[in-house]
Amino acid sequence: MTAYLRAAANVLVHAPDLVRYGSKPWREALRNDQSPGDVFADLRTFGEAVGYPPNQAFIGNLPPENLGEIPSPWYENPLAGASPEGAFGEILPQDSFYALLEAADQFGLLILDEEHRGSRVMGSESAAALLEREKPPGEYKQEEVSGRIGKGEALPLFQDGELIGCVRRDHESDESLDARILLENLAAKASGAYALSHLLVKENLAPEAIEYVISCSEEAVGDRYNRGGGNLAKTIAEMAGCVNAAGVDVKSFCAAPVYALVHAAALIEAGVVGNAVVVGGGSMAKLGMKAYFHLEKGVPVLEDVLGGVAFFLTKNPEDGPRLNLEIVGRHPAGKPSTPQGLAEALVRDPLARAGRKIASVDKYAVELHNPEIMLPAGAGDVAAANYRMLAAMAVMGGEIAREEIPDFIETHGMPGFAPTQGHIPAGVPFLGHALERMRTGSLGSTMVVAKGSLFLGRMSRQADGASVLMEA
Amino acid sequence: MDLENQAAIKSIADEIGSENLMVVLGMPGEGLRLAVETLTTGDPSWAGPLAGVSLGLPVFHILEEKVRTRVPEELYAEKLLMMEMVLDLPQIESDLADMRAAG
Repeated sequence: MTAYLRAAANVLVHAPDLVRYGSKPWREALRNDQSPGDVFADLRTFGEAVGYPPNQAFIGNLPPENLGEIPSPWYENPLAGASPEGAFGEILPQDSFYALLEAADQFGLLILDEEHRGSRVMGSESAAALLEREKPPGEYKQEEVSGRIGKGEALPLFQDGELIGCVRRDHESDESLDARILLENLAAKASGAYALSHLLVKENLAPEAIEYVISCSEEAVGDRYNRGGGNLAKTIAEMAGCVNAAGVDVKSFCAAPVYALVHAAALIEAGVVGNAVVVGGGSMAKLGMKAYFHLEKGVPVLEDVLGGVAFFLTKNPEDGPRLNLEIVGRHPAGKPSTPQGLAEALVRDPLARAGRKIASVDKYAVELHNPEIMLPAGAGDVAAANYRMLAAMAVMGGEIAREEIPDFIETHGMPGFAPTQGHIPAGVPFLGHALERMRTGSLGSTMVVAKGSLFLGRMSRQADGASVLMEA
Repeated sequence: MDLENQAAIKSIADEIGSENLMVVLGMPGEGLRLAVETLTTGDPSWAGPLAGVSLGLPVFHILEEKVRTRVPEELYAEKLLMMEMVLDLPQIESDLADMRAAG
């Protein structure tokens, strides 16, 4: 049995008033005794986020390669007439997202005012579909909101700088049930369900038909002392109406989406399930991650969006683009975690085992971080560095001459276009583009290559990674 | 430069003396510039253990000509040759020259 990739969805949620609750903005504000709301006032408008060329590439309205033709900085060159509706994605405004957060909340954690409570979703069929399935909780009591915020039990929520409600903690001292952590988890759930709903609506798939959901989101839902206990997947499935789907989470820092795709395809090939969805919700903690560098250099705060992805894999009908599980890259624990060691394990070795060359893959989807976000922070152009590494490896293997490195990068690569949401840039946002191209015959194969920074958790000095080949 | 690395280098410098220590870096670009500044004049972000501490350490990049030519050929081919193709060597040399000229 073969696992075919039938559909992909890439969504963005514009959330400027949540940037203050990103990990870095929050900690820096506390450290400097500032109000995060003061530092992160006046961020991009929804229209600006929609017109931003990398965001248009993310939702499928612009081939990523075309970004190279748009003068830099991209934030000064928005696309005229840009739409929040994309070929395989969508951008949701913040006030609609508050409605999704409220729908995601089954414990009365979120308290929104009259104006923002209920079914405030504009122009998104996918988001509206989620609201029909969930009942909004409780009523708004102004004194309760201000009382809880004043006592430090709740975080204020804003729309255009105005207080519209709060999110409360659900335990007086358990940090896993702290208001900011709960908001982070709700944001991952709601944006993940939004991505899944978009996939279902766009592809005209019945939610009830989904058998299995794997979440690769970046959060640590948990407690009664199982920190990161997980299964956000099942809560996303529930929210999206996938009542017949079981679920589980797959974690490996930013490499998780590729593992999740491989696991889903393997379950299908083994006949355990007939179809599966891989879903990744957005990371609130990563909002404004490099914002201080941007503010210092006069760059707009570009990390004002949550990203979400969803992919539908199925055994039927038996045609179309598929995941080739004979070419899966993995990075063994004994392999050095150097850039070279990772590139060998994830690209060179799995291709060599199948008797294939590096240049035989038409396009590589590597870590596709938007360079305009990374460069001001001194983090380099991540996508470009990855493509140089692949080209250098092709030189080492005698496939191309050293002078051909720029041509290799041009042919097999693309500029980064994804927001710095960790797992979201990890190769997979190209899959929507790849599907379209494979269906029209303009692309034969793409290898998705993701890396994960295990060392950030301080349990190992290792990195990790995973890759898989998708073929027409 | 992250705080743990700053602490580690400060601790070695305290133990053996900064005159007995040199640092060989591997990163390019802005990261290189910040690391050089941190290890010579002190942490420019004033956040780490080297804030206000001018160790004045000699700092090199592993792919600078005068360093890379000292790496045994076999080891170089195994560990560094690919990175030589990945990183912009002339830029690294010129960034370091500028920083050294600026003192």
